[in-house]
Amino acid sequence: MTIAAAVGPARRRARIAYLLLLPGVAWLAIFFIIPLISLFFTSLQVSTGSSGKYKAGFNWRNYVEALSEYWEFFLRALIYAGIATVLALVIAYPLAYFIALKAGRWRALMLVLVVAPFFASFLLRTYAWKTILADDAVITQTLNALHLLPDGRILNTSIAVIAGLTYNFLPFMILPLYAALDKIDPRLIEAGSDLYASPFTTFRKVTWPLSMPGVVAGTLLTFIPAAGDYINAELLGSTKDKMIGNAIQTNFIEFRDYPMASALSFILMASILIIVTVYIRRAGTEELV
Amino acid sequence: MSEPRRATPVEDLNLVKLSKIYGGLAAVDDLTLTIPGGSFFALLGPSGCGKTTTLRMVAGLENPTSGQMFVGAQEITDLKAYKRPVNTVFQSYALFPHLDIFENVAFGLRRRGVKDVTGPVERMLELVELTSMARRKPGQLSGGQQQRVAVARALINEPDVLLLDEPLGALDLKLRRQMQIELKRIQVEVGTTFVHVTHDQEEAMTMADTIAVMNQGRIEQLGAPTQIYENPATAFVANFLGQCNLVPGQITGGDGDNAVLSANGFNFSVPRSRIHAAGSSAILGVRPEKITMYWADEPLPAGHNRLEGTVTDVSFTGVSTQYLVKVPWGQELVVFEQNLSLEELSRRGEHVQIGWAPGHTFALDGAEDITAGMGSHVVGA
Ligand SMILES: Nc1ncnc2c1ncn2[C@@H]1O[C@H](COP(=O)(O)OP(=O)(O)OP(=O)(O)O)[C@@H](O)[C@H]1O
Ligand SMILES: [Mg+2]
Repeated sequence: MTIAAAVGPARRRARIAYLLLLPGVAWLAIFFIIPLISLFFTSLQVSTGSSGKYKAGFNWRNYVEALSEYWEFFLRALIYAGIATVLALVIAYPLAYFIALKAGRWRALMLVLVVAPFFASFLLRTYAWKTILADDAVITQTLNALHLLPDGRILNTSIAVIAGLTYNFLPFMILPLYAALDKIDPRLIEAGSDLYASPFTTFRKVTWPLSMPGVVAGTLLTFIPAAGDYINAELLGSTKDKMIGNAIQTNFIEFRDYPMASALSFILMASILIIVTVYIRRAGTEELV
Repeated sequence: MSEPRRATPVEDLNLVKLSKIYGGLAAVDDLTLTIPGGSFFALLGPSGCGKTTTLRMVAGLENPTSGQMFVGAQEITDLKAYKRPVNTVFQSYALFPHLDIFENVAFGLRRRGVKDVTGPVERMLELVELTSMARRKPGQLSGGQQQRVAVARALINEPDVLLLDEPLGALDLKLRRQMQIELKRIQVEVGTTFVHVTHDQEEAMTMADTIAVMNQGRIEQLGAPTQIYENPATAFVANFLGQCNLVPGQITGGDGDNAVLSANGFNFSVPRSRIHAAGSSAILGVRPEKITMYWADEPLPAGHNRLEGTVTDVSFTGVSTQYLVKVPWGQELVVFEQNLSLEELSRRGEHVQIGWAPGHTFALDGAEDITAGMGSHVVGA
């Protein structure tokens, strides 16, 4: 056999691998990298005086303005998303635990129910919450009767926005948690109880640390989209509850201030990147303790 | 070495009328058993006979359907698993993958609020010869090393009883033999009661002081390894603990210490102490390595049981040669001969005599199924 014949198949296999990668790479280039670069240049554009018309430049003041004018919106976005993430974790963990370890033959059905809301559009579901949380709805009336609501209402308060965020991103929390908990060997939990750990201690020392990958994935998948969301604040909140997503949307669509909208987007991306990096570092070391 | 030999005396483990029923089927059936403190006890039986279920009930991981369990005078039947003076070495080891070896071993001590765990953990790692591995994760250890961590993690708590559920099942044959010796050494050193579950009869016989042979949720026979091997009480035990020739017959009389058992028109002597038959109907038993082959015209030692036959199969296995000898009533008896003679082996079709001492003969109850326990052997073990 000649050398060329021996090498041929290997080369061809390598070429096929690259060919298979091509659609993904092209997709990333066209729909992510190019827009990102374009966004960056837009964020530095200079005003021409007429509305909606800008020219290329290096106007760093866009960023200064974005921060000084909209810092509250950033803060609100991060706080609302943070609270929603914690709430989603608290709600999702027991549910995921139950589905993974106790549900038995109901497991498949319960998983379907978890993803079922995705069959309806995000916008529609949030509109539904407008009705659920309305002033004359049962929930509001009941809580009011118990004097549990500081403003006497839920809709158009920060509570409604956070509730909406929690609800909308809950499946993103449940699914990774379920995957992590499902992987845990039940014998490890038995070993915990065999080694003098009460059920609670076993959870704290065995189950929880082993589910960490799911917790990290779930919180990221919830926090990141929640921090950039604007629909929940738009539909469920008042003007005082607007998040950074709303600021971007308003600047872009209403004010047609494209540089400002782009600068806001970039700052949001950068701050999420920093928060996520710090968080993963911390969670990563915690796992080793 | 100053090993962590127990300060307190070891208590007996008592199981009283213990049963576990799964959906109408008894996995463990009215089990009454005393496991002497400090002994190495093996629970031996084929797959599905209820060994794991028994251990899990003792560990507190499964609730018995009925019956009681005691460690010494203390009843543990309703005690939560994490409060029992019992620790388990799981078949899959179940080491905590997120903790290093040191922390795995320290786990039980920490849960019981022991302040300084360093000393005990180091001594325990020394005992299982894993000192240098203390900071590794379980995933970075070989199967044999993981197995020793599992033993150390359980033993450090100085349990009254250590339960081992086929702890060597996942190891290859060579490592398995090595770990058998290792486990036995550790048991002698620490003096804790070991209850070792296995379906490998050779493993049980090499390691244990006492073996309980289990079948379908019940104990078939309990005793020292030599006792249950040499003098099995049931066909199941006879077949499960190695090969055995069994021939149905009748006890027809006898004199003094020996009885006469006649089968297919031939008479055999059996010591009365080795007869387990209730009535006169009995099954003659003799193990293949107890039988000697003689040439057709050779004289046999006086008083030996004797038969004539034809060699139908010869297989050379190295240390011994296995023959099948067809006796007058058509049955093929198995004979193991050590390869001592320099002469030629007997050949297929050759006419021979076989004989064995009456003291190596036993008799089972005639109602027994002579095939019980066959085919449940661990091949090659
Ligand atoms: N959780 C359970 N539910 C129903 N039946 C069970 C359960 N656990 C065990 N059994 C049944 O009980 C019987 C005994 O099982 P057990 O696990 O004790 O066997 P074993 O002797 O340990 O076998 P092996 O050597 O294969 O491990 C089996 O017939 C098994 O199918
Ligand atoms: Mg088992």
